[in-house]
Parts: sequence; C-alpha cells; structure tokens
Amino acid sequence: MLADKDRIFTNLYGHQSPFIDAAMKRGDWDGTKELIEKGKDWIISEMKESGLRGRGGAGFPTGLKWSFMPKESDGRPSYLVVNADEGEPGTCKDRDLMRHDPHKLIEGCLIAGFAMNAIAAYIYIRGEFYREAEALEQAIDEARAKGFLGKDACGTGYAFDVFVHRGAGAYICGEETALIESLEGKKGQPRLKPPFPANVGVWGCPTTVNNVESIAVAPTILRRGGAWFSGLGRPNNTGTKVFCISGHVNNPCNVEEEMGIPLKELIEKHAGGVRGGWDNLLAVIPGGSSVPVLPKDVCDTILMDFDSLRDVQSGLGTAAVIVMDKSTDIVKAIARLSEFYKHESCGQCTPCREGTGWMWRVMERLVTGEADKSEIDMLLEVTKQVEGHTICALGDAAAWPIQGLMRHFRHEVEARIDAYRAKAAE
Amino acid sequence: MSKATTFAWTADSKKLAKHHISKYPEGRQQSAVMPLLDIAQRQNGGHLTIEIMEYIAAYLDMAPIKVQEVATFYSMYRHKPVGKHHVQVCGTTPCWLRGSDDIMAACKSRLGIELGETTKDGQFTLSEVECAGACVNAPAVAINDDYFEDLTPESMTKLLDDLAGGKKVTPGPQNGRQTSAPDGGATTLKEFIGKEEGA
Repeated sequence: MLADKDRIFTNLYGHQSPFIDAAMKRGDWDGTKELIEKGKDWIISEMKESGLRGRGGAGFPTGLKWSFMPKESDGRPSYLVVNADEGEPGTCKDRDLMRHDPHKLIEGCLIAGFAMNAIAAYIYIRGEFYREAEALEQAIDEARAKGFLGKDACGTGYAFDVFVHRGAGAYICGEETALIESLEGKKGQPRLKPPFPANVGVWGCPTTVNNVESIAVAPTILRRGGAWFSGLGRPNNTGTKVFCISGHVNNPCNVEEEMGIPLKELIEKHAGGVRGGWDNLLAVIPGGSSVPVLPKDVCDTILMDFDSLRDVQSGLGTAAVIVMDKSTDIVKAIARLSEFYKHESCGQCTPCREGTGWMWRVMERLVTGEADKSEIDMLLEVTKQVEGHTICALGDAAAWPIQGLMRHFRHEVEARIDAYRAKAAE
Repeated sequence: MSKATTFAWTADSKKLAKHHISKYPEGRQQSAVMPLLDIAQRQNGGHLTIEIMEYIAAYLDMAPIKVQEVATFYSMYRHKPVGKHHVQVCGTTPCWLRGSDDIMAACKSRLGIELGETTKDGQFTLSEVECAGACVNAPAVAINDDYFEDLTPESMTKLLDDLAGGKKVTPGPQNGRQTSAPDGGATTLKEFIGKEEGA
C-alpha cells in the first residue's frame, strides 16, 4: 500500500481547511519561485521523466503535451485550460481536489502555464459543482492577495492569472474542443481536429487542455523530482492516482493509491470489500462508465493501470471503479448508461445522435427480454457503426459499455430473452 | 434595443456580470454568456425567458439566436418556473446501484408530485439528473446549489420535511460520514486527521 508520505493529496477528505494558511502548512506554494526559475525546459523534462499520463481518461503523456505548445509567440497569446467538467459516471475525484486542496491546482496552473508560455489559465468546472467553484474562487483570491498570481507571480516577473468558468450541465463539455467552444460562449459541440488546440484553441490561440488531477500533481512532482513519481507504479504506468470506488462495496470512497494496485486489494483495503464478500462480486466497470465492464474472474487478478486494463479490452479511464455484486441486473445497469449517453449526445454527428437513442431503445428491450436473439448481433453491429465514426469519443463511449456487456454477459441477455418467451408462451 | 423590455440587471447582478466579463480578453465578452445567463436566471427566480435572452444578447453584443442556442443546449438553464427548492435526483448507474429508485420514490411520495412537476405551493420541483459526480457518496441529490449525499428514503423524506418547515439543513453526507472518506474511518492519511490547522 502507498505510504502516506508519498500521498500528494493530504487533504483529500477535507479534514483540514482547504484555504491558504493550512494549504501552505501542507507544503503548497513552497519554493514555487525557485521551481519557475529553473526554467521551462527543466519543468517539461521533469514532467516527462515522471511518466505522468493524463488523468482525465485518455492517458496521454502530460510533459509531451506541454511540449507541443509554441516556444515563441507569433503574436497570439497562449492559454492553459483546466478540464474540471467532471461528469464521467463513477468519477468524483476532481471534486475533492478542488473543494479540499484547491491551492495544489492553482499552483499547478502557474507552473504548467509558465512551462507552456501561457498568459492565463481558465478552469472550466461543471456548473453543478457550485460550492467547489466557490472554494476555487476563494483560493484564487488568496493566491492573488499573496502575490502568487498576478503581474509578478511569486516574484518571478512572470505575469499570470487564473480564472474560473462554470459550465451549465453538459457532459460533452468534458471533451476538450467542446469545452473550448463552451468557454467561447457557444454550444458545447466538439470541433474537428486538426487543427489541434495547441495550434488553434480558445479564441484562436494556442491552448493546452489538461485534467484537474494532471495539473494538481505537477507541483509535488517538481518538488520531489520526476524520478520519485516514476518510481511508483510500473513502467509506462507511473505515480499515484486518485481512485473512486462506488457501487456495491461496504465503504464507497475516494482514495489516492499507487498506480497498478490490484483491483481486489484496492476494494478490500479501502472500500471495506464487496458487499457480501468477494465471492458475491458480479462485475466491475474499472474506469468510469465509458470503459467496458469486467467479469469477476478478470477482477480477481487485474492490476489497476492503463496497460493492464487495456490488455483485457477495458481501460483505466478516470480510475472510477463501479462495483456490482450478484444482486445487480447487469443488463439494466448498462442500459442506464446507454440512456446517459443518449441524453448527453450533443447531436452534431448523425451516427451518435441517432445511434445513442437507437442503442438505448434496444437495450431497454433487452432489459425486459422482449427481443429476438438476432438483435444482439444487430446491436453490436450498430455499436461498430457508431464507434470511430464521429467527431469526438462520445460515440465510442456509448458503444463500449454495450460491447463489454455482450463480451462477458451475453448469456445473461439471452437467458432473459428465453425467459420472456417462455412466460409469453404460457 | 428594438423593443422595450421589463428585465434589467439589478445593481448586484450588474456588478457580478461585469466581474465575469472582465475575466475574458477584450472583445471576447461572448465568453461571459454562460455566467450571465446564470446570473439572470437567479435574479429572475429560477428560469429564463426570451426577453432575458434578448437582454443578454444586447448586453454582450451577440445575435439573440446565439444566446438562445446556449440557453437551450445546457441543462441547467430552465425555461419554465421552478420551485423554491429544486430537487434533482441523480439516477445514473452508480447512484442507481445504491438505491436512487427508492430515493426518487420517497421524493414523489413526500411531495405528491411526479417527475418534472412543481408542488402547488411553489416550494418544490422534482427532476432527475444525469451523473451528479458524487458517486462514492451515492445516492446523491442536488437541491439548488447544494449536494445531499448518502441518502436513504428516510433521510430523504426528513430532508424534505425540514425544507418544507423552513428548518436549516446541512449539505453533504446525511449519515454523518466525512465527505468521500470511507464510512467507519479513513484507511489512509490518519496523521492528518484531526489536525485542524489554519482553519
């Protein structure tokens, strides 16, 4: 188990004040000026050495992403945008980082912003997180009052500010280009790429969009060294990660653990075990609603990191572990996710707009069993027609849970159709 | 402005609107349309009207249709009056696994209304929302700007009783738990717990 001394988010649960005096005692804003004075190249090289992969779901190397930003301005300013539009079902980690440890995120904005020549950071927070936005605003005001942000941030001569932008209830804005559109005051509909945000982002300017956790871990990584972070976890899957464990466990919780922790250990050590014991486990969605479900026999041994989960045709995603015990109607659990994606499709691309509704309607019939078995393959074919045929990944995210269901629980779906027929024949 | 409107910023709203506009680069005031719609919705008691959207369009120098597009795209902008307490039950899978159906049933039973309806006295509106992002504290319900978590049908009913009676309610977990820490005590960070430094 990860030792407390290697935990970054020491106020994860809000036992202490989130605000500046307590935050500074916890080590935030300690020697920030010296870190900045080591220069952009040093910061990016340490971040690359740390092996940090983006914590928003896709797992793209953070240091590499920062290095894509233009070194010299062509006249346009650059921006850092923090994706705090947390809404992937199962995921509630960034909420804790913002309401209980906001200074880690703000200090991270300054350092990341400096490393990519940005003039400001915009934190795009989901609108429902009203209290979390208030905490962030208060923490930003404190940082400005201390001179940590502003015209001469931390006394470095570098001018930088951080602003909070509240969303208003649209999951799609967690997609980076939809988020940028929304930040510009438009409907949150994803943009075609290229151009990528590093070339043309918000207001036509170079922009990097990072997840809250990716930015909030950066100051600690730089203070302790990239090698410290990369020494945790496994190669290509390094560091610590905030896991969210929800569903049928005795003690649902968020917890920061080492990457690569066995799923079983994670659940048993921190979440009090599966309700009714490990043998009462049916399945786990290991990385937020978009990733395919895993049956118990895979859960017995799987490690919680990007590569292990990819190897079993699922994914780490946001590390949101949704646990389902044997009492679960697994078909309905996935159908409810299909309803979610239907609700959240932005409507821009036909395969997603029409496909998410179609998939949901078929899933609802599979819940009751009022369907023909041939429709299972038809449904799978439709998921393949949606997947990869849309501007953004929401179409994929709607397709994968259904594919996962049929991969591991097709017998369950077929049994239900049989039961429905048998009953109808009576 | 081509026609007379009755909506206008109050002094407080106007100050807030200017604060939000100042966050964005000059000439990019359209970026403030979301916060301004929120300010206007609050000033108007919980919902938007065409007139308000036109007022904001003029205020930000935007085409009215562009404001309407935004106001109808995002689910937190309301276009019908809502009750004083807007009860928003999360029904997505992590909450559903932990009994959100029972929470919804408790709300319907206590309030005597169906989904999307408002009580006759204008006190409560009942909605279902998609993932509230409080999954480890499921089942969760948002009421206006606050989250109420770790609910049971009993604690949900009591919460509604308290709100109806004008009593003070405490957001967060309703079972005495510390935010997202495991119930029954944290498994980590034990040395940090109980040290209320700098609060």
